[in-house]
This record gives sequence, C-alpha cells and structure tokens, in this order.
Amino acid sequence: MLAARMMLDQGIHVEGINFFTGFCVEGHTHAIRRRDRDKDKRNNALWVAENLGIKLHIIDVIDEYKHVVLNPKHGYGSNLNPCLDCKGFMVGKARQWMIENGFDFIVTGEVLGQRPMSQRRETLPVVARESGAEDRLLRPLSARYLEPTLPESKGWVNRDQLLNLSGRSRKPQIALARRFGYSDYAQPAGGCCFLTDRNYSRKLADLWQSRGTREYELDDIMLLKVGRHLRPKRNFKLIVGREEGENRFLSGYRDRFTFLQTTSHEGPLVLVDGNPDGDDLQLAARVTARFSQGRRAERVAVRIGNWNGSTDTVHVVPLPADTIPRDWYL
Amino acid sequence: MEEIVLDARNLLCPLPVIRTQNTVKLLAKGDHLRVLCTDPGAAHDIPAWCRINGHHVVELIQRDDEIAIVVRVGATAPA
Repeated sequence: MLAARMMLDQGIHVEGINFFTGFCVEGHTHAIRRRDRDKDKRNNALWVAENLGIKLHIIDVIDEYKHVVLNPKHGYGSNLNPCLDCKGFMVGKARQWMIENGFDFIVTGEVLGQRPMSQRRETLPVVARESGAEDRLLRPLSARYLEPTLPESKGWVNRDQLLNLSGRSRKPQIALARRFGYSDYAQPAGGCCFLTDRNYSRKLADLWQSRGTREYELDDIMLLKVGRHLRPKRNFKLIVGREEGENRFLSGYRDRFTFLQTTSHEGPLVLVDGNPDGDDLQLAARVTARFSQGRRAERVAVRIGNWNGSTDTVHVVPLPADTIPRDWYL
Repeated sequence: MEEIVLDARNLLCPLPVIRTQNTVKLLAKGDHLRVLCTDPGAAHDIPAWCRINGHHVVELIQRDDEIAIVVRVGATAPA
C-alpha cells in the first residue's frame, strides 16, 4: 500500500496484482466458521486498491503454484513456506502480466532485512534475477540502499523521493502510513499464508506421507483449514467439524468421501479420508460419538454414508476422551 | 443486453471474485452477470471489485445462506 502510494504521488499510473495460491489465510476461515461470520470480512487487497483508487487484478495461480510448494529450489522456511521461491514466482508472474498489458516496471513493498528468508540483502537480487524482472523491479521503501533500477535511471521515478527503510521493525512503515493519513491498514505480513503456520504444515506433511506422494488438489488444502484432524491409523484420517459452519462446509464433500453423523444426538459431521475397512469405520463411529452431545450416553446411533449414496446406521459406545491418544491429533 | 448466470456457490473468497472478474472479461458493456454465492465475504468483495473496476451492482439479495449479486458491466475496459 505504501509503495504504491509513493508511486502514485510521483504521478505514476499503478494497478495492483493479487495472487491467489490456495494457501491464503484471508477470508476462508471467516466464511466457514459460523462464529466468525460477524467478523470483518474485507479482502485486504481489494480494500487497499479502493483506498488508493487503483484497479486490482486477482489472479488464480493455484495450479502453477504447486511447483513452488512441491519443489522449492531454495528450500523451506521454518515450516513448509517456500518464501524465496514464492517471491520469485510471484514477481515473475507480475512481469508476465506487465509485458502482456503494456506496463513498464514492477513495484513491491519489500523492505531490506524485514523477512529472514526472502528479504535479505543477498536474496533481494535473487528474486529480481530469477523472476526475470531484473532492473524493472523497484522496491521504493528500501530503494536508497539498493542499486538504481531502470525506472530510476530513466528518470521515470525520482530516486531522491524514495526511502531507505530496513530491518524488522514496522515502526517506520506505521509512521509513513500515518503521514499519508492512513489510520487503518492490513496487518503486517507473515500471517497471510497458511504455509507459515506450524499446525497447518504438519497436516500437509501428513497428507503427503499418508498418500505416499507429494501432490495436492485445491480441495485437499482447503480441507486442511477446517475441523479437527485425527489419524487413528495409517490408512485413514478423520476430519471432525467443530461447529455448525464447519459441518455445513464439510457436508459439501459428502459426494466424495465416506462420512459419519450421529442421529440419536446432536453431533459433528465427520469425513473419512483414506481407505478404512469395517473395523476402522466402527472406530470412526465411536470417535464421532465421542465428539457428539451423546459422549456420555451408553449408546449412540451413527449414520455412515458412502459417497455413492448408500448409508448404514450403527450403534456404538462413545470412545472415552482419555482413550484418544494425543498423537492421533494432527 | 444479455444476462449470464455464474454459479460460485460453495467457493470461498476470493474465488467468487476471480470467477466474476474472468467472466466479466467475456461480456460486453451493459451486459448483466448474476453471480450466485454462499461465502458471505462475496457480498463485500464483489461490490468492492465492481467499484474499483468501473462495474455496477444493480441487485444484491441475501436469502438464508445464499447470495445473488447482479453486476452490470461498466463502461471501463474489462479488468
């Protein structure tokens, strides 16, 4: 937002690009969980664009992004976050858009030293080089610390009006925002990608391990954001809805998964991911009963539905809470 | 004037906005696009996207868990 505003103040025509990888935090959990429905649901990229008075193009890169997640040339951060490869990929996509739409250069809000992996002095040139953007990539917030770029040397942008911010502190950016008259802005980066989240990364690693292949589809990574995930055995996992909104969301997958739901008591919708046998489904029914209102009942009726439409009802003793091993929880 | 229906139900934001954006690209000025969604975020995001890109929301109806948004393609070049 600040970098774009600095360009606008220099009379540059700016349009925004926002990439959707499938791992973006924003929006999804709000949409799914009933209790979050009253929270602010704004899309930050749209909100920023509207405040700046610029157009915004939201680009679906879900399929192309798989290569970045699965084969990061520069490796992962502390979780499954391939930040440096991700930055190079996105700037590369922005470069492609720039060429196709007759624009001259790319602006990012990167600050030297702000992120441990992708915004170090050694890695900023890597992003410029590997994206193909080279000297058409301008970082206005730290430009005075970096070599002049094409827009500066051509005189399109006045380098004297660019900044020399560096380091992890956000205070200079917050002060700059205040100077521009912004009292409201998106929370600083880091929390906008599920791949930086330890719990999410663990669930993704489990998905790959259990399938014996490092692949995913959009539905896979969406489901990792929803419900409790328990793996009682190697061959199957349970996804247990935690509340009404999640149950409704999970119910949209009943035509693709075996599912369980208590019928004698209020309870969650549970999806079974994997290849369970009959005994496994009995165990799944007992877990389902455990998370229902009938957890203390002698018997709970659980409907087991198959993706092909067939259903069966079993009556089970709810699994006592203390018999669910901790390591089942992903 | 043509009215096209876009089914974006069960998609989570920003996918309804992306599908709207990509469909509007194929339409002519004055055409109507009816977008059906279930993500409550779409009721904020699609109008915001329209304001930014010069299109107009002519109707927004929220009934139970479903939202219908009718967009009139604006005068500006499709985004």
